[in-house]
Amino acid sequence: MDREERRGLAGALSRVDGVSDFLLELLSEEIPARMQAGAREELERLFIRALGDAGVVVDGLTVWSTPRRLALVARGLPARTAAVREEIKGPRDNAPEQALAGFLRKTGLAREDLVARDGVLFAVIEKPGRPLADLLAKTIPPLIRRFAWPKSMRWGAASRGTDSLRWVRPLQGIVALLDGEVVDFTVAGIAAGRMTRGHRFHAPGAISIASPSSYAAQLRAAHVLVDHAERTAIIRDGARAAAAREGLALVEDEGLVVENAGLSEWPVPLLGRFDPAFLEVPAEVIQLTARINQKYFICRDASGALASAFVCTANIMASDGGAVIVEGNRKVLAARLSDARFFWQQDRRHTLAVHAARLSRITFHEKLGTLADKVERVAKLAEWLAREGIVPNCDPALARQAAELCKADLVTEMVGEFPELQGLMGGYYARAEGLPAEVADAICDHYKPVGQGDAVPTAPVTVAVSLADKLDNITHFFLIDEAPTGSKDPFALRRTALGIISLVLHNKLRFRMEVALIQACGDDLEKFEKVFFGELEKRLGAFFADRLKVQQREAGVRHDLIDAVFALGGEDDLVRLLARVRALQSFIATPDGTNLLAGYKRAANMLKKEGFASPLLHTGGRGAEGASPPPASGSGEVAHEPAEIALIVALDEAAPKAEAAVAAEDFEGAMTALAALRAPIDTFFDQVTVNDPDPAKRAARLGLLDRFRAAVHKVADFSLIEG
Amino acid sequence: MTGSGPSAKARGMTAPAPLSFQDMILKLHAYWSGQGCLILQPYDMRMGAGTFHTATTLRALGPEPWNAAFVQPCRRPTDGRYGENPNRLQHYYQYQVILKPSPDDLQERYLQSLSAIGIDPLLHDIRFVEDDWESPTLGAWGLGWEVWCDGMEVTQFTYFQQMGGFDCKPVAGELTYGLERLALYIQGRDSVYDLAFNTAGVSYGDVFLENEREMSRWNFEVADTDTLFDAFRKAAAECENCLNAELPIPGYEQAIEASHLFNLLQARGVISVQERASYIGRVRDLARGSCEAWIAKNAEGWQARFPGWTA
Repeated sequence: MDREERRGLAGALSRVDGVSDFLLELLSEEIPARMQAGAREELERLFIRALGDAGVVVDGLTVWSTPRRLALVARGLPARTAAVREEIKGPRDNAPEQALAGFLRKTGLAREDLVARDGVLFAVIEKPGRPLADLLAKTIPPLIRRFAWPKSMRWGAASRGTDSLRWVRPLQGIVALLDGEVVDFTVAGIAAGRMTRGHRFHAPGAISIASPSSYAAQLRAAHVLVDHAERTAIIRDGARAAAAREGLALVEDEGLVVENAGLSEWPVPLLGRFDPAFLEVPAEVIQLTARINQKYFICRDASGALASAFVCTANIMASDGGAVIVEGNRKVLAARLSDARFFWQQDRRHTLAVHAARLSRITFHEKLGTLADKVERVAKLAEWLAREGIVPNCDPALARQAAELCKADLVTEMVGEFPELQGLMGGYYARAEGLPAEVADAICDHYKPVGQGDAVPTAPVTVAVSLADKLDNITHFFLIDEAPTGSKDPFALRRTALGIISLVLHNKLRFRMEVALIQACGDDLEKFEKVFFGELEKRLGAFFADRLKVQQREAGVRHDLIDAVFALGGEDDLVRLLARVRALQSFIATPDGTNLLAGYKRAANMLKKEGFASPLLHTGGRGAEGASPPPASGSGEVAHEPAEIALIVALDEAAPKAEAAVAAEDFEGAMTALAALRAPIDTFFDQVTVNDPDPAKRAARLGLLDRFRAAVHKVADFSLIEG
Repeated sequence: MTGSGPSAKARGMTAPAPLSFQDMILKLHAYWSGQGCLILQPYDMRMGAGTFHTATTLRALGPEPWNAAFVQPCRRPTDGRYGENPNRLQHYYQYQVILKPSPDDLQERYLQSLSAIGIDPLLHDIRFVEDDWESPTLGAWGLGWEVWCDGMEVTQFTYFQQMGGFDCKPVAGELTYGLERLALYIQGRDSVYDLAFNTAGVSYGDVFLENEREMSRWNFEVADTDTLFDAFRKAAAECENCLNAELPIPGYEQAIEASHLFNLLQARGVISVQERASYIGRVRDLARGSCEAWIAKNAEGWQARFPGWTA
């Protein structure tokens, strides 16, 4: 009672302050469930902007949706808008006549209305405050016309012309009330008023809304829960409870909860049973059928197995308690499941090998032949990956067999009906016909990993087929110039490269990417040459480096360090590369690393400034490996200062050490070897003047810095390291 | 399969017997006739949907009011199940209603038609679930719903936006009832073959089960594909012949023919994925050409009666 009194008082106060509430309801034919959340956001955005343009700040805003209506309640709006003074900058006062005329047209003012300031003309527009009802009557119609739906339509007699209103489905009515008063406007022949409708079947008559504050309660009395959040809660809890009453656990699915809330104004979850005989069909198929086609939840029993039960959501309190509805839904699901069972039985009448033969009729890509051609390439590659031991402990014959069958399910009835079951169904069919478990698993999982976070296969045959499939895609789409560009990646090659990287790193597969890519080209000599000599390898290298950076970002590996190692060229064993990057990252974080990097940058800058042509350095190519070793020490013709000699000695020791350590894949050792250069290089810069007047000395010292740089490059291209 | 329905017995005692298949059609005819529709008869050609009937396709174009209702037998060769699936048929009936321009109370009128055939919306859960309709072979699309009755799609409800690639001005409302599915509900049966066709003991299966068996075999296994390919080419050529002679209706009939032949070739599994798109494109061009010719032939009269109207 106390609270009631206070609310009454607050209401009275706000009247005194001139504060108003506004209700807008847009009643339409059924709005697609998937569009309702976006529509609420759009309504909120447009409303706030429309009032904001008139200087009205909206803070107490609620937006609701049901299948048939979008509603907005704004509380605490001022009764009048504030007066606004706006200045628009125009042309200079000596501007040509045309510019002035244009400006006057735009502002609707005359020359004498403009104000000149510092030689520039300004239009000053005074907007007096006006009643909120007027503002709303003026701003809501364009808001409705401008409303952006993902898809909209025309309807009715007005659509005989070209410019009739577009809405998601026919707009049926508009309620616009400022407190208790109708806001007067008309859109596309629909006059705003206070009349709306309740639930389509429980309360089909007209309802007169008294005020914004009574709206939700009046609709509730007419069997409409206008608050979508309330409906989702009813479905979520009700479905769970319905399952629990039968001793089952609901398979939670929030997307399905929201979708059902978007399909009902008065949701009533109901549990039904289907014939347990259908459980012979794979569980994933039952789940998909129930979810996608019927929007039903499914349940599991105490053992975690799929139960022969479903939960549907009705939109009425049926006069019989829902028995007829449940029975009807059971029949529909039974029909769907008997179709699925038909596919399941039909598909197994033939072996996967028979299905696979039909792949020769399906084009994979017009420039890349049929799916059968692709499968043969993948089979060869998978067999090779196994035979070469790149995928360890993998039987080459099984790898070939699995690869040959991995796409066969694409021509089955079941995958035709449910494309998202590709792979999975192949696995089921392989097991059903008694193929080796390794083969069935490989068929089932060879699309994995699909995204980051997806399980990475580890079974050798699966790894071989998955890797071969992905390498084939990357190589061949690059060969026909279908590499991703910008936001375009129609063949999902970026994702494919991430999949390859994950497979390789997770399973520690050791091979040079270049060799595998050449192998993936197959027997085609022309393509082989294109890869080996052409630009392709560089582009693919950069492509993989980019993907590796993305893939390693979460693990905290620095992208510049990946570049620094990649830039040396010739390093395309991803496992080794990453080990090297990791060691480098640890090293760079130590004081030795930081100082060495500083010394390197100083040396590199100096060499660059002096335009020193390095006899030692070939960045970014395989050439560096073949470069002749630098001279072991100073030639003795020039007198050396102690710091020079110390650096020479250090380099003589560190360079071969670093090189040997890299060769032995002892990257910590390589870093330790480099660390030994830190003190000598620091001392060298402290004590030796490189730009000695004696050209011989200067040349020798620059040569020494070049040797230092080359030694560092045994490990990574430090010039690409940031900081 | 036997008729189940928990209320079958009870209904026998308390309510009038549910409508037979043919009585349901008669009720719909009476209802839509009362709504001002012409009651037409089926088009005498094999077609995949009632939308192909000229009363829908061609009449959806142009500014003139047009209200019609009719039953159309539909052929969907790939949906055949040899009579073994209680819900899938390669030949079935659609009840088609077209109202142009779409009336503002079309949903209410539709719901009343359900009441007219005995579906109580406080006992059955009727829902309008988003389903944007598109016919690639007709170059047509519209927005609307599939109407669910207890989870089963019983009607396709569409506001035509385009037909044959042309804007519908005005928009027509199209209702397509799946008659067998509705009858399953009304009669409380599990299998389409158990439906009472009339009230004198003849079932749907008595009339059509053998047809389904034989036609499924023919569609999937027997039909001579060379003959079909040849017939497709000839229908396409004949369509062009008609259009050259400025005869949109016979031209459109050949488009219907080509569309059905394409469906048969699909059922025989001899059209590859890549070819599929080009066949659909071919049929669409025929349908589009026919619609274009239809508009060209009528535009002058339409503009005279509806000043300001443009295609």
